[in-house]
Amino acid sequence: MKSLSEIETTSKRASRALGFTWGEAEEVGKSIRLLELFGFPGIKNLNQYYKSRKTENFEKIKLINQINKSEKLLYCPITLGVRLMDQIKKLEIFQKCLFNGIAYPILLLPFLSRCSEIIGKKILFKFDKNEFLLNFNVSISSNSFQGEFPIKASDLEVIFLENKDNFSDVEWKNLYKISEDTFVEETDSLKKGAAGAGLTDND
Amino acid sequence: MNIKLRDPNVIMKLSRLGSFHQSRLSFLRSFLNEFKDWDYKRDLFDLDENGFGTAVYSFKKKDRVYSLICFANEIKDDERSDRVIATKWDAAFTLHDGVPHKKDIERLKNEVPKQEVGRLSYKELTLSRANKSVRVFNHVVESLSNGNQPNLDLLNKVGYLYRTTAVYGSGKFGLADRFRIKNREEINGPFRLEMMLVYLVRQFTFDQVNHVAKKRNPKSATELDLKICKNLGIGNSTGLGMAPFIVNHPTLLNNWILCRETALKKIREIKKVEIKDSNMFKECVRNSIKNITSWNTESAYQLVKIKDLLKDVRKFINFIEKDFNFKDDYPFNKIFFWLEKETCEECIEYIVSIMMEPFSEITQPLIKEMSSDEEKYFNIPTERTVEELKSILERKYPNILVINFEKKENNTKFWFISKNKEEPRLADRFEEQGSDLEQPLAIARDIKELYNQLLQSKNNLTIDKFLIENSHLRHVVRRAFIIEKFPYSEIQDNTISEKIVPIDMLRLKLSFFGALKFDPRSDKWLRICMFQGAPLPHELNNYDEQWVYKNHS
Repeated sequence: MKSLSEIETTSKRASRALGFTWGEAEEVGKSIRLLELFGFPGIKNLNQYYKSRKTENFEKIKLINQINKSEKLLYCPITLGVRLMDQIKKLEIFQKCLFNGIAYPILLLPFLSRCSEIIGKKILFKFDKNEFLLNFNVSISSNSFQGEFPIKASDLEVIFLENKDNFSDVEWKNLYKISEDTFVEETDSLKKGAAGAGLTDND
Repeated sequence: MNIKLRDPNVIMKLSRLGSFHQSRLSFLRSFLNEFKDWDYKRDLFDLDENGFGTAVYSFKKKDRVYSLICFANEIKDDERSDRVIATKWDAAFTLHDGVPHKKDIERLKNEVPKQEVGRLSYKELTLSRANKSVRVFNHVVESLSNGNQPNLDLLNKVGYLYRTTAVYGSGKFGLADRFRIKNREEINGPFRLEMMLVYLVRQFTFDQVNHVAKKRNPKSATELDLKICKNLGIGNSTGLGMAPFIVNHPTLLNNWILCRETALKKIREIKKVEIKDSNMFKECVRNSIKNITSWNTESAYQLVKIKDLLKDVRKFINFIEKDFNFKDDYPFNKIFFWLEKETCEECIEYIVSIMMEPFSEITQPLIKEMSSDEEKYFNIPTERTVEELKSILERKYPNILVINFEKKENNTKFWFISKNKEEPRLADRFEEQGSDLEQPLAIARDIKELYNQLLQSKNNLTIDKFLIENSHLRHVVRRAFIIEKFPYSEIQDNTISEKIVPIDMLRLKLSFFGALKFDPRSDKWLRICMFQGAPLPHELNNYDEQWVYKNHS
């Protein structure tokens, strides 16, 4: 079994060897490490993507907008990932960013996961029938764990989710009521003697 | 009195970092302190009459066990090399997490002796190999088998029976990643498990030499005297492999240096020093003369440094014994100013280390601050502006920004990774090929380039936009934002200068390990000794913490 340290170092070096700058290569190393840590096939897909770069060109996005269309080429997931991390604080106001085509979309996942941590919001990444929920770089949940990941995807959505509860008020109140059974009813005597501060505090 | 921390632009110069010495903060000393109440045991010792075979040693406390597995193998004299190109060693070691099963030992027997080309698992924490000092080892076997103790002059000159040539950890070759073990309280300090490996290897070398002597002459052999054992350490040969580490781990480097500087600051801020503390300090300085005079090297570079150090330490002893009164207020602050004025860099840092000896209440809490969660500081704050970044560079790299990298002498060297051993190397870019594959270790040059680019950019441009056109500077943009928070995170020197002395980088790291007796064999590698004079395992529960200044010859 390869250690995560080996995965990071080798991904970084391979990325540099293929022309990414050292700073970008460092980002790739961290990201592939993260993908493998979360149980996604990072090394496999990075390999395939780097192989495809020998025969295909990919669009290197610069400034990301709400709607991003590359006329001829698929977006490079690595350049897009790095730019997303750099620009994420400006992009989150859009609530949603759209991309018309990305190569190896799985390689974008770790960058989005890190974006989620940077902005402190969950991010939903959708393409075709696949959905990935990026949870503050702590976990990634998905409906797409089975089978191969696509080598390209079109009409992708990156949705910045507002921080809100994913349960109803009623559900919360019900649970809270049960939790109250761990509290002690305060008698007059307890009110006077058990608190640290006095009953009045006018000084 | 509020003393300021020392200026990173002074302390982080390579010549200063290359003058650092071990101290109470050093990792091998904090390892001994942490594991002093653990149960030590030799679990297996299955060597043949020539000392070849397998041995297992362990430290245990409650449910936690760390086991050193040793494989001693026969090699030919012409196969023995300390260089990283070697493929065979007298002994190979791994530190296993827990008690190894037989099948673990069988698996490791096939892998550990192969070192870099073997594969370890997440159950192994560190990996190393070592070669005998054949001259010393054979002499000791010969002496002991005849019932005599060995010649102390020879032992003192070398200082060890074996020297390690690499100690690996943190995920190398399949070893456990640091994240798996980082929350364990007992290893809350850098390189603690590497130190454990080396310490247990030291004991193995004594057991092996006794065993071989006994097998050679069962009737008359004697065991190596425990006092002699104590005065032997483990040697280590270290090359450039260590140098990039301190560049690649800026927040960790900061924490090491910051702890040392914080300790010094707090000691200088002590108004009244108790007599017992000043006496301990003076005693350590006096005793340390023995460490200097027994420091053997053939390196002209190091001999000059030792000579200057010895001269200045003697001058200092004369000063504190004749002209100095420890009853004065803030005595260590006065001593510090005297040192700065009167002595060389090597001596300043030597005495700074000794100043810590009486003050475990200052150093002990700092030891826990010497690790770093580097991931936390990896992301670049891209919402910041060009103006802010420029200001950081001007404040934090003033001496770097004045270097002219157009001059050949400032841009002579390049760092690269060798294809055959995947190890860092340093070469002349104007004489050797390969500089197109240069590693990102020329931080000073790249910082200067970043600064020049920033000068041509609009002040209110945010970093996310700056990086679009300047992606090749991303690695140093990251570093600049790190140094803003971590003042000692960067070497304030040119690591590709014609005049660079790479062993300064090695010495910095080795001093934090706790190494003694730096012996440069060239400007790119050196030998050192670790644990010389340290308590033996059976003495750990009650040992003299100032052993560095008391025991070894």
